[in-house]
Amino acid sequence: MPKADANSNAIVVPVTGQNAVAKRTAVRSLRSQPGRLLLYHALLLGGLFGFWYLMTEPGLIPPFYFDDPTRAKFFFGQPTEVFKRIWNWFVGGSIYLHLGVTLLETVLAFAIGTLLGLLFGLWLALSPSASTLADPYIKAMNAMPRVILAPIFAVWFGLGITSKVVFGVTLVFFIVFFNVYQGVKEVSPVVLANARMLGASGKQLLRFVYLPSATSWVFSSLHTAVGLAFVGAVVGEYLGSARGVGYLIHQAEGVFDIDTVIAGILVLTIFALILDFIVTRIENRLLVWRPGTAETEAL
Amino acid sequence: MSVAVAPASAPALLLERITCAFSSRERAGESYTAVRNTTLSIAPGEFVSVVGPTGCGKSTLLNVAAGLLQPSSGAVQVLGAPLVGINRHSGYMFQAESLMPWRNALDNVLAGLEFAGVERDESEHRAGEWLSRVGLSGFEKRYPHELSGGMRKRVALAQMLILDPQIMLMDEPFSALDIQTRQLMENELLELWSANRKSVLFITHDLEEAIALSDRVVVLSAGPGTHPIGEYLIDLPRPRDVNEIRLTPRFVELHTQIWHAMKDEVLKGYAQSRRQ
Repeated sequence: MPKADANSNAIVVPVTGQNAVAKRTAVRSLRSQPGRLLLYHALLLGGLFGFWYLMTEPGLIPPFYFDDPTRAKFFFGQPTEVFKRIWNWFVGGSIYLHLGVTLLETVLAFAIGTLLGLLFGLWLALSPSASTLADPYIKAMNAMPRVILAPIFAVWFGLGITSKVVFGVTLVFFIVFFNVYQGVKEVSPVVLANARMLGASGKQLLRFVYLPSATSWVFSSLHTAVGLAFVGAVVGEYLGSARGVGYLIHQAEGVFDIDTVIAGILVLTIFALILDFIVTRIENRLLVWRPGTAETEAL
Repeated sequence: MSVAVAPASAPALLLERITCAFSSRERAGESYTAVRNTTLSIAPGEFVSVVGPTGCGKSTLLNVAAGLLQPSSGAVQVLGAPLVGINRHSGYMFQAESLMPWRNALDNVLAGLEFAGVERDESEHRAGEWLSRVGLSGFEKRYPHELSGGMRKRVALAQMLILDPQIMLMDEPFSALDIQTRQLMENELLELWSANRKSVLFITHDLEEAIALSDRVVVLSAGPGTHPIGEYLIDLPRPRDVNEIRLTPRFVELHTQIWHAMKDEVLKGYAQSRRQ
C-alpha cells in the first residue's frame, strides 16, 4: 500500500512482501549461477573497452571536447593499439625477460616480507616487554611514507633486483606484521585456557592455538600484501632500472607512448590478479573450518 | 617404579583459606575482593556443586582450583600435594565455547592426547570411541561451527574425559543450553561419572541442577568477599534421573531448605548488580 513519507512528502512504496522476495532471489541466483555471473562480468568488461574505443577512435564520433580528432587517441590510447602491443610483446617474446624480472621481484618481496612479518608479529605479540619497547618505533616506521625510501635503496643496493625486493619487503612487512600481531592478540582466552588445561606446552600453544588462530588474519593481509609487493617492484623499476615492466612503462612515458604504458599496466594487473587468485586458493584450503555465510536453497 | 600415593584420608582437592583480590580497573589503588577466606574440600569420587548468586566469584574459585589463577592468599592441595602451576590432575569444562574452531570434532577430542605425545593412530582410535560414547559417532569430521550447541558441549566433555582426569572442574557447562538438551546432558554426565567415579567440582547458579547432580551442595554468599555460608548433604539415592528426581518429596524438601538459606544472598547480589 502506498503511503506518504513524512520527511520528503513523496509517495513511497514500502519494499516488503513480493518486492523484497524478488530482490533477494535475484541476488541469490546471480551468486549461485557462476555461468551467468561470468557472462555479466564479460559484458561489463566488453562495455568498458567498447566505450574506450568509441571515445578515442578518430572520426568515429564528432569531436566534442578536443579540436583535433586524433587528440583523444594521444591522451587516452586506443584499445586496439594496446592489444596489438600486448600481442607483439608475447608473440615476439620481448616481454618475457621484463615480466620475469618483475614477477621475481614481486614474489621475493612478498615471500620475505610475509615471513618477516609473521616472525616479528608472533614475537612481539607473545612478548609484552619487547612489544612495549618496540611500539613507538614500529608506529613511526609504519607512519613514514616509505615510497621515499625507494631512491635510497637504489643507492644502497644498486639498480638490480635487490633494491626493488628490499623496497617491496618494507611495504609488505608492516601489513602482515600488524595483522599477525592483532590475530595473536585476538585468540580467545577460553580456547587458550582450555588448551593449557589439556596439557599443551608453550611450544604446542604456539603451534596448535596461536598460529591457526592468526591464520585468518594473515590471509586477509596477504591479499593487500600481493598488491603492495607489485607496487614495490614496479615503483622501484620506475625509479631506476634496466629491466622489468616498470622500466618498459617508464621508457614509453618518456616518448608519450600512452598505448604502451596502458599495455604495461594491463599486463601487470592480470598478473596481480593471478597471484591474488593463488592466495585465495591456498586460503580456502587452509581455512575450511571457517563458518561460511549460510545461504538457503531456492526450491 | 614408585608411585606417590596420597593418604586415604587426603581430599582429592582442598582449597584452604583462599582469598582473591583484584586491583580495580576504574579506580586505581582500590582493590576488589572477589573471594574471601574460602575453604572447600572435595573427597575422592565426590560430586560437589557450588551454587551462589550471579557474579559472586564462583568461576574465580574454579580457576584457582585449575591453577589458571594464583590466589592472593591461601593454599591449594591436589591429591595431598600442593598445587604448582596448572593442575595436571584435573579436567576443565568451560561455560563459554572452548573448542578449537579450526579442528574438527575428532581432532578436538584427541587434542589432549596429541599434546601428551600419544601416537596418531591410537589417539584417533580412542577419540573415536569417546565421540561415540557421548553420542556423536558419525560427526568426527564436523567442525565446531557445524555442530549444535549441545553437540559442542558433548565434544568438550569427551575432550576432557579422554585424559581420564582425577578431578573434573565444571563451570556452568550447560548454562547456555536449552532446558531439554540440558537435562539430557545432565543425565549423560551422571551416567559417565558413575561408570568411573572421579571428584567433581560443579559450579552452577541453578539450585535444581546442583541438587539433582550432587552428593553435596555448597552455598556461597553474594560478592564481594564471597565465602561459603552453608553446606548441604544430598542424600538422594543413585542412580538418579534428573527429570524424575525433581518430583520426589525429599528433593522438594532439600530445595526448600537450601533456597531458604540462599534467598537473602540472591537478593543481595541482585541489589548489587542493579546498583552498578
